[in-house]
Amino acid sequence: MREIQAQQITDVVERLCIEANQYLPEDVQCAIRNCRAEEDWEIAQGVLDNIITNFELAESEDVPICQDTGMACVFLEIGQDVHITGGNLTDAVDEGVRRGYDKGYLRKSVVKDPVRRGNTGDNTPAMLYTEIVPGEQIKVTVGPKGFGSENMSAIRMFKPSAGLQGIKDFIIETVEAAGPNPCPPIVVGVGIGGTFDKAALLAKKALMRPVDSENPDPFYADLEREMLEKINELGIGPQGFGGKTTAIGLNIETLPTHIAGMPCAVNINCHVTRHKTEVI
Amino acid sequence: MAKHITLPLTEELAKTLHAGDTVYLTGTIYTSRDAGHKRMCEALARGESLPFDPTDATIYYVGPTPAKPGKVIGSAGPTTSGRMDAYAPAMMAAGARGMIGKGARLPEVVEAMKKYRGVYFGAIGGAGALLAKCIKKAELIAYEDLGAEALRKLYVEEMPLFVIIDSEGRNLYEDGRKAYLESRKQK
Repeated sequence: MREIQAQQITDVVERLCIEANQYLPEDVQCAIRNCRAEEDWEIAQGVLDNIITNFELAESEDVPICQDTGMACVFLEIGQDVHITGGNLTDAVDEGVRRGYDKGYLRKSVVKDPVRRGNTGDNTPAMLYTEIVPGEQIKVTVGPKGFGSENMSAIRMFKPSAGLQGIKDFIIETVEAAGPNPCPPIVVGVGIGGTFDKAALLAKKALMRPVDSENPDPFYADLEREMLEKINELGIGPQGFGGKTTAIGLNIETLPTHIAGMPCAVNINCHVTRHKTEVI
Repeated sequence: MAKHITLPLTEELAKTLHAGDTVYLTGTIYTSRDAGHKRMCEALARGESLPFDPTDATIYYVGPTPAKPGKVIGSAGPTTSGRMDAYAPAMMAAGARGMIGKGARLPEVVEAMKKYRGVYFGAIGGAGALLAKCIKKAELIAYEDLGAEALRKLYVEEMPLFVIIDSEGRNLYEDGRKAYLESRKQK
C-alpha cells in the first residue's frame, strides 16, 4: 500500500491544465506538418501555415494555443494499492483545475447549470473519469476539450444487421455534417461497442491516443486507415475552405457489446487536440 | 489577391468584397458571443439602444482568454458562428454589417446579409495566439458579469481574414470545396 497526498494530485492537475493548453503534443504537431507537406490546394496550404505558426507562437510565448481552453477532462488511472490521504479526491482534482485555469490565464468556460446557465467562474467542475488498475501509481491525463468540435460529435445505437457498412457510413455522415464548424483539420475518435455511455467514453479515449498510433487489432487498424483516407477525399479541407486535409488522424477503440446491439460514437476534436499525462 | 481594408464597413466597401477573398482588416470591432447577443437582442426588442453604435459595425464572435500582465488580450480566435444565427438578422437590421467567426450559417442569415449588404468573414479557428497579435487595444464596454463573454471594443491591425459569405450570398464553404473537388477530377 502506497500513500499519496491529495495535494500531490492537485499540483499535478494544475500543471497539466496549463501545459496541455500551451504546448501541442509532438504527434499532433508532426501530423499537421506532414499534412501541410502533402497539401496541394493553395488556400489550404495558407491555412495550415497559419495553424503551424499559431502553435509555435503559443509554445514560445507560453500562451494558450486556442482561446477555448475547454472543459477540463481529467482521466485518472488509480492503482488499487494506492491510498489517497489528506483530502477528498474529487475536491483535489477540482482544486487543481481551479488553480491551473487561474494561474495559466486560461478561459473559464463552464456554466453551473446546463439550462439555466451562469458561469462557475473557475472552470470547475472537471469532467472526471476514474479507473482502478493494478499497481501503486496514479496516472493523470488532462485533456482540455473545446466545444466547437464537441458539439459536432454524435452517437447512434445500431442494429447488428447494420454491420461494418453502417459504421463506415455513420463516421462519414458525422464528419460531413460537421463541415467547417469543428475547425478542421480534425481528429476523429470512434468508439464502437459497450453500452450507450461506454461507446461515448471509448470515443473520447480514442482522442487521447497518439494520432500516429494504430489499433492493435489489424482489422480495426485497417478500418482506421480506410476511414481517414475516405474523410480526406471529402474535400472539406482546412477550415472548410476546400482541400485535401480534412482530418489529421482517426483512432478507433472497441469493447465487447450485447447480442442485440452495436453502439457507435464519433467524438470530433479540432486540430488543437491537447492532452498531457504524468504519473505519480 | 489580398485586400487591405479599413473599417467602418460601409455598404460601398461591403460590395467590393467577394467570397474567397483574403482580407487584412484594420479598425475598431466589437466582441460578442452567445450570452452577449442574447442580451443585445433583448434590448433591441424592448426598443433600447445597444452598448455601441451598430451602424456599419463589425462584430467578432470571440471569448478571449484573460490577458496576461502587460498584454492587451489573451488568445482570441473565433467561436462557432452558427450559435449566433438566431440573433444575426436582428443585429443586421439594427445596422451592424460585418461578422467575424467560423463555421456554417443558416439560410435566413444569408438572406439577411443579402438584404442588408452584410459580410461574413472567417478567422482561422484555433489560431487564438496568432490572432491576438493583431489586437492592439481592448476595452471592456458592457456586460462585465459575463466574464469571457463580456462586450469588448477592440482595435485591430491587419487582422488576417477570409470572406466566407459575401453581400450577394456567395459562399466560400460551398465554392471552395467544389473547386477543389473539380480540380481532383481533372487530374
